[in-house]
Amino acid sequence: MIGGLFIYNHKGEVLISRVYRDDIGRNAVDAFRVNVIHARQQVRSPVTNIARTSFFHVKRSNIWLAAVTKQNVNAAMVFEFLYKMCDVMASYFGKISEENIKNNFVLIYELLDEILDFGYPQNSETGSLKTFITQQGIKGQHQTKEEQSQITSQVTGQIGWRREGIKYRRNELFLDVLESVNLLMSPQGQVLSAHVSGRVVMKSYLSGMPECKFGMNDKIIIDKAGKGGVTNEAGKSDLGGGGSTSGKQSIAIDDCTFNQCVRLSKFDSERSISFIPPDGEYELMRYRTTKDIILPFRVIPLVREVGRTKLEVKVVIKSNFKPSLLAQKIEVRIPTPLNTSGVQVICMKGKAKYKASENAIVWKIKRMAGMKESQISAEIELLPTNDKKKWARPPISMNFEVPFAPSGLKVRYLKVFESKLNYSDHDVIKWVRYIGRSGIYETRC
Amino acid sequence: MPAVSKGDGMRGLAVFISDIRNCKSKEAEIKRINKELANIRSKFKGDKALDGYSKKKYVCKLLFIFLLGHDIDFGHMEAVNLLSSNKYTEKQIGYLFISVLVNSNSELIRLINNAIKNDLSSRNPTFMCLALHCIANVGSREMAEAFAGEIPRILVAGDTMDSVKQSAALCLLRLYKASPDLVLMGEWTSRVVHLLNDQHMGVVTAAISLITCLSSKNPDEFKTCVSLAVSRLSRIVSSASTDLQDYTYYFVPAPWLSCKLLRLLQCYPPPEDGAVKGRLVECLETILNKAQEPPKSKKVQHSNAKNAILFEAISLIIHYDSEPNLLVRACNQLGQFLQHRETNLRYLALESMCTLASSEFSHEAVKTHIETVINALKTERDVSVRQRAADLLYAMCDRSNAKQIVAEMLSYLETADYSIREEMVLKVAILAEKYAVDYSWYVDTILNLIRIAGDYVSEEVWYRVIQIVINRDDVQGYAAKTVFEALQAPACHENMVKVGGYILGEFGNLIAGDPRSSPLVQFNLLHSKFHLCSVPTRALLLSAYIKFINLFPETKATIQEVLRSDSQIRNSDVELQQRAVEYLKLSSIASTDVLATVLEEMPPFPERESSILAKLKKKKGPGAVSVELEDGKERGELNGGGDRGGDAAIAASNASTPSPSADLLGLRSTAPVSGTTPSAGSLLVDVFSEAGPSATSAGVNDDGFLSSAPPTVASEDPAPPLPESDELLNKFVCKNNGVLFENQLLQIGIKSEYRQNLGRMYLFYGNKTSVQFVSFNTTVSCPGELQSQLNVQTKTVEPLVEGGAQVQQVINIECLTDFIDAPLLNIKFRYGGALQNISLKLPVTINKFFQPTEMAAADFFQRWKQLSQPQQEAQKIFKASHGMDTEVLKAKLLGLGTALLENVDPNPENYVCAGVIQTKAQQVGCLLRLEPNAQAQPGEQMYRLTLRSSKDTVSQRVCDLLAEQF
Repeated sequence: MIGGLFIYNHKGEVLISRVYRDDIGRNAVDAFRVNVIHARQQVRSPVTNIARTSFFHVKRSNIWLAAVTKQNVNAAMVFEFLYKMCDVMASYFGKISEENIKNNFVLIYELLDEILDFGYPQNSETGSLKTFITQQGIKGQHQTKEEQSQITSQVTGQIGWRREGIKYRRNELFLDVLESVNLLMSPQGQVLSAHVSGRVVMKSYLSGMPECKFGMNDKIIIDKAGKGGVTNEAGKSDLGGGGSTSGKQSIAIDDCTFNQCVRLSKFDSERSISFIPPDGEYELMRYRTTKDIILPFRVIPLVREVGRTKLEVKVVIKSNFKPSLLAQKIEVRIPTPLNTSGVQVICMKGKAKYKASENAIVWKIKRMAGMKESQISAEIELLPTNDKKKWARPPISMNFEVPFAPSGLKVRYLKVFESKLNYSDHDVIKWVRYIGRSGIYETRC
Repeated sequence: MPAVSKGDGMRGLAVFISDIRNCKSKEAEIKRINKELANIRSKFKGDKALDGYSKKKYVCKLLFIFLLGHDIDFGHMEAVNLLSSNKYTEKQIGYLFISVLVNSNSELIRLINNAIKNDLSSRNPTFMCLALHCIANVGSREMAEAFAGEIPRILVAGDTMDSVKQSAALCLLRLYKASPDLVLMGEWTSRVVHLLNDQHMGVVTAAISLITCLSSKNPDEFKTCVSLAVSRLSRIVSSASTDLQDYTYYFVPAPWLSCKLLRLLQCYPPPEDGAVKGRLVECLETILNKAQEPPKSKKVQHSNAKNAILFEAISLIIHYDSEPNLLVRACNQLGQFLQHRETNLRYLALESMCTLASSEFSHEAVKTHIETVINALKTERDVSVRQRAADLLYAMCDRSNAKQIVAEMLSYLETADYSIREEMVLKVAILAEKYAVDYSWYVDTILNLIRIAGDYVSEEVWYRVIQIVINRDDVQGYAAKTVFEALQAPACHENMVKVGGYILGEFGNLIAGDPRSSPLVQFNLLHSKFHLCSVPTRALLLSAYIKFINLFPETKATIQEVLRSDSQIRNSDVELQQRAVEYLKLSSIASTDVLATVLEEMPPFPERESSILAKLKKKKGPGAVSVELEDGKERGELNGGGDRGGDAAIAASNASTPSPSADLLGLRSTAPVSGTTPSAGSLLVDVFSEAGPSATSAGVNDDGFLSSAPPTVASEDPAPPLPESDELLNKFVCKNNGVLFENQLLQIGIKSEYRQNLGRMYLFYGNKTSVQFVSFNTTVSCPGELQSQLNVQTKTVEPLVEGGAQVQQVINIECLTDFIDAPLLNIKFRYGGALQNISLKLPVTINKFFQPTEMAAADFFQRWKQLSQPQQEAQKIFKASHGMDTEVLKAKLLGLGTALLENVDPNPENYVCAGVIQTKAQQVGCLLRLEPNAQAQPGEQMYRLTLRSSKDTVSQRVCDLLAEQF
């Protein structure tokens, strides 16, 4: 189990130090600083073993979070906890920065006491934590006995993530499908590796204790439904706003994980996703697909070396989705050799600039419709060096945002049942949004 | 140096550096640097002409980036351009960049060298200095090649500025240290010496460093510097503290220069010129006098400077070792320092005293401080100082104070630091041995040593005790008594058990008279330690037990019981098991006479260098000097071990320490052939594994520990010419496998098998050297009529035998008819160019084709009578050259190839054999009878050997062959 948790700033100074177990000494704090933060070579591995002690770290902007243990723990669990910890902190005081951590250190210690007990992770659901750990100081005086016992029963009860007696005048539901598409392509346009990692994020403002049921075009569910002869309930065309050009009906999900509120037993037996949602924003599920990915952009590079002192680069990008949809925040990053001494860029659309500090030409386009194409050409002047090392030609990378799910995932339905209060599925206002973003989207040149 | 004007401040550089310093993270820093690099690249792009200032600024930035740890692969050209600028700051930056970032780009080096050459020939002293500094900083071979000739000229030129001379001297020193072969001595050398007379103290200081270095390599060329140095030194020493102005450091005139002068003088013997010598002695006396004066300042720098000169002067006095007066004064001065508050001073004093102690003049003076040194050893807080104190005690030890010093060191050993314990132990051991007046004291000391610091007593120490005890009759009894008493302690160190086991095994009988140490008591005492010891010690104890059997027959039953117990005879350790089995058999089979011979007292060891001394030398890097000096003293003076000490010292120069296990115990070496290189030894193992019964019976006698009999395999023979190979041949009459021949280069092993009239022989040629044999060629020939009697076919071997490798050759032999001679084996090869030619007889004898024939007594006598013609019988009566051991005889007769017939001869003492010799042409039946007269006195024992066969030549030949075997 986790023996201790430290938070450092970028210089390696300790901001938060909480030790849960005696086997972690004070020198562990220094060991991590010396061997990881101040290491001569940048430490890439998130797990570091120093003197039979394991350090698991994540970095958020300039802040290091490190969990320490002497035992053989499940590393995935520790990282899950660290990420959760980041979420909790972010929901309490926004961006995780040195400033914010210093301003909220009492709160952080309070949270650490609550979400880890003797190194065992406890309830880390922001919604329920906020009922008894607040930023407004001690509320205890005003709280009645009942309120306190209510918190206790809720936190220790079966549905720890939702309290009773929530009431909204308007029952609303927001559903976001957020995907990031990763690609590595050869210069000739051959896909070397590609995958989509997606998340379904929900924001629910529902009264009472509603029971929800979520359906999507997962291959297995659809096959099952088809065989079972159940009538297709996906008649809610208002929910499906996908931009997929292919008429494909279902997608193959490689693996997925669910929020704790989802009844896994029901998923295992019926492949149906049913749950009592927490109040407010939460991540319902996470998934990954590798097959039949819609690649929103195609990058065609053309690099020509003219003598020792000149390099000509031409890059064409083609958008590959419905013309009616608009991609946004497009950014193409073309790396330049280390001995670049000057760059001239010509582009038809957007703005392009040579950024010396990043050794790259950055080409930005605000908006681009589907089935279009655009190009940039650049002349790079080189300074002859006595170094005989050849330029390694790093890949051209790209960033964008498109209003559809590149995996092809579609929400088929989301039903809400609340038996005690008298509102039905039709009374709930539902919003669905698809956002596809680039992950590591690279093309070799 | 010209003042840096405000305009030279390089604002851009300052801004850049402050930007970098303000970076929050590594990434930000890298971004900033990338940006700056891109900026500089665009500025350096060929088409724009940059002014000197910006060039300097950008080169500076590049330098800064490089020093931050990033790679810089451009800008060299710009830096070289800066060299040709006329502004000091620009030139300086250019040189700085090149000194830091020079690479072996040939094109650039040429340009750089050119620029340096220009600067050197310019009249501007600052530029010359810059160039010289650059040469010294880079100090590469290319630079040395280009400028080694130029710099001496600048150094000795009359019109060179002082500051340039200084730089030139130091630059030359650097080049000389980096590539001495390129700095050639010339006419400038004599003029360099005269720089010692230079007006400018800085020049003198720089020059003296150079001269010291040069003269340590070629002292003769710089001999003249001695008188100059002495006069310079006397001028400094006698000057008032204010005379030298800039060069007076806290009231001490020119301390660095003085130290360097004194060090230079240490490169030479005392000056022969009386006047010079007088002046020098005067100087040294003045320095010693000054040390006595009250300090002019309380500052630590003052005393440091003063003491530095003093210690350097003392080293010089020790180096000269000819002025008793000065030596004693130095010693007294150091004696004062021994109690000084300053730890460093105490350390230095002890260290200098160590060398003083080895001088005959001051040895006595040093000895007066013994109490202080002992006190230092006990109370000093710093371990390094204690170490020095121990060294000094060791150095000042002689006959008169040996007992006291050894006792002090022993008592200190109990509390000594672990780091110096082993060395202390060695020192105590050496001192005890060297100055031992009576050896009982020596034995006491060493046993004490083992008791106090057993873990640190290396093997050599206890080997040495045993060597000495064995070689000295007078202490043996005392030693036995002392070890017996020491072993009675409930917890003994294992080394003590080893010594005890060995000494009691050898000399236990000397104390057996006392009922308190009767044989059984001794044995029980040793055996009580047995189970707590490691395997080698147990092995040693087992040998001690078998010796006990010899010494005290009454313990035989007890010891046999112990040997027979499962924990010995079935021990999982092969060595222990083998010893137990062999000793048990030896004790039960061998007669008391044999036992007495085998288990005789160890002969005295040959005198040689104390292996401990060698070990101490090996152990001590820095201390080695004192040991060496020690040797010198040993040679000169009559002390300690008397003539033995001297011998040891002389032996030290040429004797390499033999491997201790072999030299002391003579423990059995597993390799049967002594003197083979390990590789050759291992490659012949397979041959010996089937060496047959004769080899195993000899095996017991081979045990070097039990008897000093040489190994049975003749290995000492020099490369034999043909005649001696007859002897070799005889060795193989009764056995088929073994080593046929061996010299320093080559070892030939044989493995052979025979069936009927056919034989196959495997020859193993082992290269004992690490060099390969070339044109290796072997031929087998059958001389004379043998050609028609024997058919020999060989397969050729590879012409190349790698060092340490072994090659195999197969020889097929067919016996056509009976024969007398043996085929010849000729081996030719080249070892390191020299042709080696060896001829041997192949051990193929007629008896190899024997087929054993079993028959009953009646049959035998019937056939015996059938072969009664006189020419069919061959008889020989000869003296026994070996003992008449039944088993050995039987083994030999079986090895002959015949069947040994039991219960045939009416006299059970006699041996009767029968066999058929198979040849292609015919079969020859052969009967044999061997009659020993065992009752005769040893030495007069005779055999009568009778052979009858169907062919007269066969009878004769077999009879001849066999007669050599018994």
